[in-house]
Amino acid sequence: MKEILYRIGLAALVITVFALLTPVDKHAHAAGQGQAGTNATVKIDNFSFGPAALTVPVGTTVTWSNQDDIPHTVVSTDGVFKSKALDTDDKFSFVFGKPGTYSYFCSIHPKMTGQVIVQ
Amino acid sequence: MSQSKKDELVHDHNHDGVDRRGFLKCMAWAGTGALCVMQGGVLKSYSMSRANEWNAAKMAGELSFAQISDSHMGFNKPANPDVAATLKAAVDKVNALSIQPEFLLHTGDISHLAKPEEFDTVDQILKGAVAKDVFFVPGEHDVIGDDGQQYRDRYGKGTKGEGWYSFDKKGVHFVGLVNVVNLKAGGLGNLGSEQLEWLEDDVKNLKSSTPIVVFAHIPLWSVYPEWGWGTDDSAQALSYLKKFGSVSVLNGHIHQIMQKVEGNVTFHTAASTAFPQPQPGKADSPGPMKVPAEQLRSLLGITDVNFVRGQHALAIVDSQLG
Repeated sequence: MKEILYRIGLAALVITVFALLTPVDKHAHAAGQGQAGTNATVKIDNFSFGPAALTVPVGTTVTWSNQDDIPHTVVSTDGVFKSKALDTDDKFSFVFGKPGTYSYFCSIHPKMTGQVIVQ
Repeated sequence: MSQSKKDELVHDHNHDGVDRRGFLKCMAWAGTGALCVMQGGVLKSYSMSRANEWNAAKMAGELSFAQISDSHMGFNKPANPDVAATLKAAVDKVNALSIQPEFLLHTGDISHLAKPEEFDTVDQILKGAVAKDVFFVPGEHDVIGDDGQQYRDRYGKGTKGEGWYSFDKKGVHFVGLVNVVNLKAGGLGNLGSEQLEWLEDDVKNLKSSTPIVVFAHIPLWSVYPEWGWGTDDSAQALSYLKKFGSVSVLNGHIHQIMQKVEGNVTFHTAASTAFPQPQPGKADSPGPMKVPAEQLRSLLGITDVNFVRGQHALAIVDSQLG
């Protein structure tokens, strides 16, 4: 009996420890999430924007960083922002002060598209 | 010209004078240096290793020019740290052709970042070509930041709109098109209605026996849309050329040799003089493809084109740099 209780107790302890160790991921996986008033990053690599859809609070500064070995640009489809050509390691930042959905693309390789959703 | 039967692929399977199976076979050989020549609609293949037996006079025909492409001056990453050296090697190769080209076509991405010094360097290197006339069309890298204003200031004399134009050489009508400006998000290459209207007007009074050569940066056929390798409104452009018996479309952009024949139209893309790119779908993205240094030059190259009056299409020969 003692042994069974001991085993149950041990199992409960192990389960509890695992539950505490497993991170509860508050961040959505399909769309990145940024904290209010801070910064968020979009990585440009392999002819794609990552994350392709980024959701941020109003006031966030989003920085695009080109890690590809080819230049790219970041151009809003509605004329809201436009970077110059970003070579490898170049960056472009924009502060999103108003809510909305901002679609953009690379004007050199227009198949590359992305969105910043500001809430 | 002495040619053994085994070098000739003459099978008229579809009874339309076009040897499609032979063409596919020839394309496989092209990588190792075969000359695939369409003569009277029938494909013949000549091995480059027996080039010394060729009758240059018979093959030269009446018009000879060379195409180079995608020099990307300014690129300096591991895929090729010295694009100036490989462009010089391409010019040397063009100068060494047994049939001297009368002029060169550069099908775009002259520069890597549209910087003045990059264009200057290309101009300097091209001065070393025996052929003094070079005709350009811009690539998407040449119009970065200014929608092509600098490109047109340098190379756009006599062109219209974003830089399109046409000219004639020995009865062959050449059309340079611009499909890298005003690109839409998620789209492919784009010609635009103004250019299409100009093209329709430009060719409408030409006799259907006039050989046509169209050159533009991004392929005018759908090579691989996922990677942007195509032009959204090229079908309309090609519809204006339906009446012509011989149309050759020369493109760049994809940094590898590819060819397709559709009726009277031969589509051909040239290798880059700077760096190769992967075959469609064979990599995550169409970026520069790194290969062992000793292999690089075998994946770069030039294209030699000869026109023989009375034959259907142009003879297009690709050569590697090394």
